[in-house]
Amino acid sequence: MARAVSNSVKARNTAIAWIIAILIFFPILWTILTSFKTEGTAIADPPVFLFFDWTLENYATVQDRSDYFGHFMNSVIISVGSTVIGLAIAIPAAWAMAFVPGRQTKNVLMWMLSTKMLPPVGVLVPIYLIFRDWGLLDTRIGLVIVLTLINLPIIVWMLYTYFREIPTDILEAARMDGATLRSEVVHVLLPMAVPGIASTLLLNIILAWNEAFWTLNLVAANAAPLTAFIASYSSPEGLFYAKLSAASTMAIAPILIMGWFSQKQLVRGLTFGAVK
Amino acid sequence: MGRITLEKVQKKFGETEVIPPLDLTIEDGEFVVFVGPSGCGKSTLLRLIAGLEDVSGGDIKIDGTPATDLPPAKRRLAMVFQSYALYPHMTVRKNIAFPLKMAGMDEAEKTRRVERAAEVLNLTNFLDRRPGQLSGGQRQRVAIGRAIVREPAAFLFDEPLSNLDAALRVGMRLEISELHERLKTTMIYVTHDQVEAMTMADKIVVLRAGHIEQVGSPLDLYRTPRNRFVAEFIGSPKMNVIDGEEAAHRDAHAIGIRPEHIDVGEGQWEGRVGVSEHLGSDTLFHVHDTGLADVITVRAPGEVNYKSGDAIRLSPQTDKIHRFDDKGLRIA
Repeated sequence: MARAVSNSVKARNTAIAWIIAILIFFPILWTILTSFKTEGTAIADPPVFLFFDWTLENYATVQDRSDYFGHFMNSVIISVGSTVIGLAIAIPAAWAMAFVPGRQTKNVLMWMLSTKMLPPVGVLVPIYLIFRDWGLLDTRIGLVIVLTLINLPIIVWMLYTYFREIPTDILEAARMDGATLRSEVVHVLLPMAVPGIASTLLLNIILAWNEAFWTLNLVAANAAPLTAFIASYSSPEGLFYAKLSAASTMAIAPILIMGWFSQKQLVRGLTFGAVK
Repeated sequence: MGRITLEKVQKKFGETEVIPPLDLTIEDGEFVVFVGPSGCGKSTLLRLIAGLEDVSGGDIKIDGTPATDLPPAKRRLAMVFQSYALYPHMTVRKNIAFPLKMAGMDEAEKTRRVERAAEVLNLTNFLDRRPGQLSGGQRQRVAIGRAIVREPAAFLFDEPLSNLDAALRVGMRLEISELHERLKTTMIYVTHDQVEAMTMADKIVVLRAGHIEQVGSPLDLYRTPRNRFVAEFIGSPKMNVIDGEEAAHRDAHAIGIRPEHIDVGEGQWEGRVGVSEHLGSDTLFHVHDTGLADVITVRAPGEVNYKSGDAIRLSPQTDKIHRFDDKGLRIA
């Protein structure tokens, strides 16, 4: 039964929620606003909020100076590529762990997750050297490999949690109906797991899109995604706030739009297993 | 054809032996019911036959061909699950056609078989719905439809009626029996409900702790139970078991008498009526203070009126008394 909540309490909670939401969103809003200012207005003291001369000049400069589209394509290839390959590896792994668990399954899962606790910088040197010797530095394929590997534990965990909710009976029924392992997975498991797979896919694209440590350290120019594109505006000629903001806005816009349209799917993906 | 032979079939989960080595033959066309209390291994035994669990020892043969190492898909068996286990993302039509699709059957034959099964099971109007839009009884029919289209060597039912309400259960019980009459295919049916076992089976296999206690026709088990466990498990209400002097008097460690084999009105047993249950066709009395057992249950035909606390005299039909020795085995 729902608890009775008085109107004043409701109003107060709504106000608090809005304040927190605005506080969280404010840096993004500020970035977007700054991207429409001139460099002078951008560093004005006291800062100007809305009443300034709006200009698109920063976007034009950024577009002129660097190849936005090239970086954008690199981001798409790297994030989608690493997620798709990750899924291809994680689906069989999660299937095995969810439906034919062994004595060590729990430990394997924990071990996989523990790799996410390792500070990436701790393995930067060996990975950098391996990439250098194998000619993977500044290549998209190199980034796809490294992002697949760092996100794999999350993909496996999410799919595992999701698969566990699918009744074993149904898979056994498929087996009795003459399905081979492949048809069992393709015709029964995957269609039933579509919502879970979709949210895993979305979340991992976002994670890979935003990943900055490896993308900044392992690429220079050819394979540089949007993270490197933003970073190129913070150095070496000093900070140009307005241009940096324009670059940032252009970099986050695609993922923000994608996230907005798939928020239902994402919330479901992040909370599944929590409530039966 | 569907003759299934189990030879020394055994199942262990780790160190625990769930089913000790066991032999059983199921003849072609037979309706066999595995019955027993929960945890007796009846579902495990069915899953061993299905191939969903691996045996720890022994052999399974289907129509004389070794099947022990065959995957479930290759055993030509169809199974109906307690949870129905329908594919929620497929329509009824696709659910029923799934085994045919897996077998690579051509479209025309597939459609023909699905439509025939739907007709037999009254599902024609529901073919384009999804399982989520059907009632429990309809879902169960879809599960059966999915099993019959393949024309398997045998059907395996794992407590298929447990999720249905009482009225529907009686109806489905009849439908499954009629299906067996028509198809004459071997059926193996697992239940904990002895009424289902008695009404449907050609042959009942009573299991306890993985052991087969007795195999026989429903009336064999009712008339000549091999031991006290079978005697008390088969029949409803269950058999009264009396030990002590009354049993010793008849050269037995314990005697058993079914509620319907005790006459009311006169006789050497005397007690007080506790609760009476009026079923219309019969009246059940729970009789206390007889000095024989805590409660003696009696089934009297028709409407018989005794109030709670009334004195009652009972007389067992002597030729219907079962005698058991100190190990609980039947004395001939």
